[in-house]
Amino acid sequence: MRAVGLTVNGIPVIETVEPRMHLADLLRERLGLTGTHLRCEQGACGVCTVLIDGQPARSCITYAVLCEGAQITTIEGLEDDPVMAALRQAFTAEHGLQCGFCTPGMLITARDIVSRLPAADERRVRLELSGNLCRCTGYVGIVRAIRRVLEQRRAGALAVSAAEPRRLGPVGSRRGGPVTGAASVPLAAAIGDAAPPAAGSLLRAVIAARVKKTFARLWGKFRR
Amino acid sequence: MKPSNFEFARATSLAEAATILRQAAGTARVVAGGQSLGPMLNLRLVQPSILVDITAIPELTHIEEDADGVVVGACVTTSDIEDGRVRVEELPILASVAGGVAYRAVRNRGTIGGSICHADPAGDWLPTLCALAAECIVTDGRRARRVPIDQFVTGAFEVTLEPGELLQAIRIPRPSRAARCGYYKVCRKAGEFALASGAVLLDGERERFRAAIGATEGRPVVIADARMVLEGIPRPGAAVRLDERAANELLGRAGLTTPARLHITALARAAAAAMAK
Repeated sequence: MRAVGLTVNGIPVIETVEPRMHLADLLRERLGLTGTHLRCEQGACGVCTVLIDGQPARSCITYAVLCEGAQITTIEGLEDDPVMAALRQAFTAEHGLQCGFCTPGMLITARDIVSRLPAADERRVRLELSGNLCRCTGYVGIVRAIRRVLEQRRAGALAVSAAEPRRLGPVGSRRGGPVTGAASVPLAAAIGDAAPPAAGSLLRAVIAARVKKTFARLWGKFRR
Repeated sequence: MKPSNFEFARATSLAEAATILRQAAGTARVVAGGQSLGPMLNLRLVQPSILVDITAIPELTHIEEDADGVVVGACVTTSDIEDGRVRVEELPILASVAGGVAYRAVRNRGTIGGSICHADPAGDWLPTLCALAAECIVTDGRRARRVPIDQFVTGAFEVTLEPGELLQAIRIPRPSRAARCGYYKVCRKAGEFALASGAVLLDGERERFRAAIGATEGRPVVIADARMVLEGIPRPGAAVRLDERAANELLGRAGLTTPARLHITALARAAAAAMAK
């Protein structure tokens, strides 16, 4: 077991994990961020796509220990993002989802297309979407929704923050200090000193508060 | 599926990585972006005792350029090349090949060195770099040796690395400005692994006419003098003529069932792509 420190949706987290735990399991099982979905677990289907250091990457074939010091943004962390807000609206208007299983990954990829390729035409949008599978085959609505937001961007109606300069190498990696010695910490000991739990529980508290708020809102609506 | 358990180490120097790899005596796997290794681990096709993260080693994202060529660190990602953060003026083919490797979310972590060491015959970098006569710079943490890439790869998913060695960088010779390169892969869906692929370098000024055919049963089929299968040197604008018999003979010797229609088509289209620009 190893302690891994990373930032998830702006909140610092330290979790003690087995090296084989992939990032998606850390997000879903430990932090309760189930907006990130899991299906093929071999990098093909795209439902687990999240932002690592601001760039889309697969969380099912990226192990948590490789993300020491990385900035992770999941679909939950993009609620107030202007591009994502426009995409949510467009997906609704263009019927860009049916069962919704692929939607979190689709939205993350769509946001990358709108941010990185403002000139993209339909062909390019479809090419860039080739790494996200929709099991309902509802691509027509998805492509239309993305093109609608691209048009908004080209018309100057959408603020997109400028791309930050990138360092060479895999996103999310490179930042960690040395981890040497192959000896593993016995499970019990690792849980015993479960490294600074404050950050993890802070995130859980934030999630709990949000769940509570949503529940209260829905309950209010129901009573009316 | 989930991987079987493994230990984890992060090396911060080449010497440290080499030591860990030597101690593990062949049971360790190096991880950079993990975009090929991740699926293999998740499917339990590989079950290493320890994973050695090499991305914190500064040398591995180092770029060095001189008149003869460019040395690209093994941990440079495919999207680094796609976006032109690493580029060679005479080789626009590198960015266009990069753009066709898997998907953006994979390219943001997948590295050029990882792709070569994984040595999937259906990968895009192997045939491309074979045609460009690239060399692999292999280190044991103290000394480096240079191996031509078509010798570095010994078979499907097999390379010549000894326990304690790792790929440090790839050296790509700089062709002349007049050189023409092309790559074509046959696949049913954008971003997929190739069913067949071809790459050519036609550089009259440097007297280099190389070709490589990928997605074979083993390492790429390298054609040191592409004029043998191209029926001479194609001229810009003119149709590319391929000697199918000669190509089939080469592919048959490499263990492919002939006529290897898809592979020959890939090579012809790579040559056509080179001459079209």
